[in-house]
This record gives sequence, structure tokens and C-alpha cells, in this order.
Amino acid sequence: MGIVDVIFGFNALVLVASAIGVISSRNTVYAALFLVLSFVTSSILWLLIEAEFLAIVLVLVYVGAVMVLFLFVVMMLDVEVAAVREGFTRYAPFGVIMAGIVVFELLTLFWARASGLPIAAELVRRAPDASNTREIGVALYTNHVFEFELAAFILLLAIVAAIMLTLRSRPGLKAQDVAAQVKVRREDRVRIVKVPAERGE
Amino acid sequence: MIGLTHYLVLSAVLFSIAVAGIFINRKNVILLLMCIELLLLAVNFNFVAFSRFLDDPAGQVFVFFILTVAAAESAIGLAILVVLFRTRRSINVQELDVLRG
Repeated sequence: MGIVDVIFGFNALVLVASAIGVISSRNTVYAALFLVLSFVTSSILWLLIEAEFLAIVLVLVYVGAVMVLFLFVVMMLDVEVAAVREGFTRYAPFGVIMAGIVVFELLTLFWARASGLPIAAELVRRAPDASNTREIGVALYTNHVFEFELAAFILLLAIVAAIMLTLRSRPGLKAQDVAAQVKVRREDRVRIVKVPAERGE
Repeated sequence: MIGLTHYLVLSAVLFSIAVAGIFINRKNVILLLMCIELLLLAVNFNFVAFSRFLDDPAGQVFVFFILTVAAAESAIGLAILVVLFRTRRSINVQELDVLRG
């Protein structure tokens, strides 16, 4: 049993435990922190099979942005925990049954999987100076450039939608009316007054 | 030696935990969104593992797109959640029946 097996086993245990922590935490903040732990653990597991770029993107994007957003929202809404947790034990057996069915279905897929794919029994290790980022970049900007543009559009859509949803106009707000400022003409503001000059004696 | 099957089994377990979480947490929309993130993480596990064991970078490119869509989805979902809490003062899933005909 090599060191890779030990790292995989330990991180897999931490990942499963933190996932269980996410779905069974009493406090939503703890659930978010367990989710951060599971993301970091998955990132380690991805590093183990040499997907370095996605591992660091997972930490940067998910832990750095999405989970911070979750924590902001959790702390912004003051939800009473007791009311949220009721009904947990009522649905728990049903949830466990559903999880069992899903595991069963996925495991039957493993038995029945198509053997036509050239799946390597052992990972083909890259050279020490091989660049995973370059590999992904070449695939992204040649074969998948349309999907790349589509992803950019989806992100723009998300920005616009999130801002428009949470925008609210309170009455009595003193704000600039930019259109009126732009539309103003010289005649509205400036009045030329002819002042007769005083004649000093 | 760690093979593809190890990663697939781990991802299946993760996926089923997240599905169970969706069934258990009927009272809290934030936890539902977190469970969806876990589901997507399990799917990404499959993509990354297949990509590496088939030696094809396309799988990792798709993980990149899934991350994009998941980030957009959680941003919009949380925005909807904030608006919802502002109007209903509650994030209970079972009280969200305004659109019921």
C-alpha cells in the first residue's frame, strides 16, 4: 500500500464525513463550513490524479467566491434554527432509502459499463514539467470556443439577473437623475443679464 | 493502486449523500442549494476521473463549464432567496406556494 493509497483513503473518508456533516448540521453556518471542507478535500483528490488546474480553480472559485457568498447570505438572513430543523427526523428514513436506491443504481451501472472505452487500469503519469493548464487551454480555445463564449454569456446573465432581483427602490431616496442632468440645456440654467455699467465720476 | 473505480465509487457515495440531503432538508432553502453544490461536485468528480483515465482533456473542459454554470446558479438562487426572505420572512420550502394555481 503506497502513500498515494493512504492519501486517497484518508481524504475520501474526510470527504464523505464532511458531506454527511453538510446535510445533517443543525446550524447553517456549520453546514457551509463543512461544504468548504469537502471542497478542499476534493481539490486534494483531484491533485492526486494530476488535474491541477481544476483543483486550484475549485479552491479559488468555490471556496473563495461561492461559499463566501453563501456565508454572506446566511448571516444576512436571521433564520430561527429551531423552526428550520423541525421535520428532520420525519424525512430522514425516506432520505436514507432514496440514497440507497441511488447507490444501487450507480453500482449496477459500474457492473454493466461498456467495455469499449480505452480506460487505463493505471493512471498515465505526466512528465514533471507537463502543464495541465496548457492542456486544458488548448482544448478550450480550439474545440470548445463556442461553449467558452456561451459560458461568458451565462455569467453576464447571472450578474444582470442577480443585480436586478435584489435591486430595490425605496421611496424618498435622494438620488441623481442622470437623464435630466444630461438633457438640460443652456437656456434652462444660464440667464444673461445686461447690467448697465456704473459711471464713476 | 488507485484506479478509476475508486473515484467512481467515491463520487457515487457523495452523490447519494447529497440526494439524501435534498430529501431530508425540506425546511431550509440554503441547505438545498448547498446539497445541489454537492451533487455538482460529485458529477465533477466523475468528469475529472474519466478525463484523466481516458487521457482526454475534454472532460476537464466540461468541469470548467459546470463550475461556471454552478456559480451562476448559486448567485441567482441566493438572490432569489434574499428577495424571498424580504417578502415572506421565511425560507421554509413548504411555505413557498405563492405560484400554486
